[in-house]
Amino acid sequence: MDTDLIIRVFPYFIEAGWVTIQLSVLSMLLGLVCGALGAAARLSRSVVLRFIGAAYVSLIRGTPALIQVFILYFGGPQIGIQLEAFEAGVLALGFNIGAYMTETMRGAIISVDRGQTEAARTLGLSRFETFRAVTLPQALRLMIRPLGVNINALIKGTALVAAISVVELTYTAQRYIGSTYKPFEMFFLAGAIYMAIIYVTGTAVSWLDRRVALK
Amino acid sequence: MTGNPIINIRHAAKSYGSLEVLKDISLQVTKGQIVAIIGPSGSGKSTLLRAINDLDPLTSGEVWLEDEQVNKPLPPRQYETHINKVRQNIGMVFQHFNLFPHLTVRENITLAPKMLKGITGAQAEELAVEQLTKVGMLDRIDYYPSQLSGGQKQRVAIARALAMKPKVMLFDEATSALDPELVEEVNLVMKQLAEEHMTMIIVTHEMGFAQDVCDRVLFMDQGVVVEEGPPDVIFKNPANERTRNFLRKHLRGRN
Ligand SMILES: Nc1ncnc2c1ncn2[C@@H]1O[C@H](COP(=O)(O)OP(=O)(O)O)[C@@H](O)[C@H]1O
Ligand SMILES: [Mg+2]
Repeated sequence: MDTDLIIRVFPYFIEAGWVTIQLSVLSMLLGLVCGALGAAARLSRSVVLRFIGAAYVSLIRGTPALIQVFILYFGGPQIGIQLEAFEAGVLALGFNIGAYMTETMRGAIISVDRGQTEAARTLGLSRFETFRAVTLPQALRLMIRPLGVNINALIKGTALVAAISVVELTYTAQRYIGSTYKPFEMFFLAGAIYMAIIYVTGTAVSWLDRRVALK
Repeated sequence: MTGNPIINIRHAAKSYGSLEVLKDISLQVTKGQIVAIIGPSGSGKSTLLRAINDLDPLTSGEVWLEDEQVNKPLPPRQYETHINKVRQNIGMVFQHFNLFPHLTVRENITLAPKMLKGITGAQAEELAVEQLTKVGMLDRIDYYPSQLSGGQKQRVAIARALAMKPKVMLFDEATSALDPELVEEVNLVMKQLAEEHMTMIIVTHEMGFAQDVCDRVLFMDQGVVVEEGPPDVIFKNPANERTRNFLRKHLRGRN
């Protein structure tokens, strides 16, 4: 293994890793918003909202994420939406992971024991008060770990936007392979940085989960 | 002690599809009365109890709490407001406690009074202390439910219901999920409420308790009240064959 080369290109990979982190954080935030809205829609009493929520989830989960990235980036201009590659990447990744987060959040909410709702309603709390004070706080605790799994998938999924030339880790690795002909070193380095990001994220998720765990 | 009933159930009927779970049940409970509902599993006891606060709405019939109809026909939005008000007056205790696991004992007690009655810090604290003292759980005020035994959980659940100052308390097999050695502490709390003349409707499998504490016993089977009367009559001298059969099974091996 060419360690000199690795050391030489390392700063560029760190920069690319920073782009990967930005992609991850921004699309995670968008995903959380889409997930919360999606879950609210899926659990709504309105048939229309439930349908919209279900359509969103099946559309996203039924098509390759790469196609979703391409549609936003290459298909956008055709309908008058010209996005930067980075912007298209964030939107596509965010909408994508949002569908999975929708299911995670919905799952957490419906897995709160029915007896909890009954007890709260029996005391006289309204539906909304029950949700806010009883169901949601328990669901939030239940959803941290599975959301962590979604975020893990999201971070690795950011590699897809290399295909629209966002200069993140995977794209950077490919570019340096072109000039150095050392694919092993380049992918090894990119992989190591992905792993570091994922390790830190995973640790943070575990810490949060333990912190808010029900006593 | 007599007078207008606190709870008045008129011709209650309930079906799940073609399954008739309650068939034309009427029941009046006056202030301070303690009514036990006994009967085999699946006879509709829980369904009847849960119809009283409209947790399981009736198919037909009326439930009245004093001079207010609980299941009043109203447009959905108005009904929500109405039922939330009514339910504040009807305490309910569940077989599986249903304490809020993310809240401490104190918070379990004060959550609803704070949200619904607008009481503040000092008043809330006073209320929690008062109710927990009553059920002998004051020393656990800062615990979480998972740190309590089943009997302790149920006592806190009773305190939580009492904190809303309900006019009537409903118990759905409050001791059925408890280890035998924990049953008595919950029974004691219920007996104490009986002494304070709390109006109570108690679904129970404990014939001894029903006999000791209750003024009236209803025996239900297959969605109807087969027989009702004072405990002495129902337990010692039941008129109906089905009641006798049920009691023979349930009293055998006990006492
Ligand atoms: N949600 C439901 N859907 C269909 N059947 C139900 C439902 N809840 C209760 N039942 C049926 O109603 C009957 C009475 O139930 P329940 O009131 O729980 O009886 P008990 O409390 O006396 O054991 C049973 O046959 C039960 O299977
Ligand atoms: Mg029952």
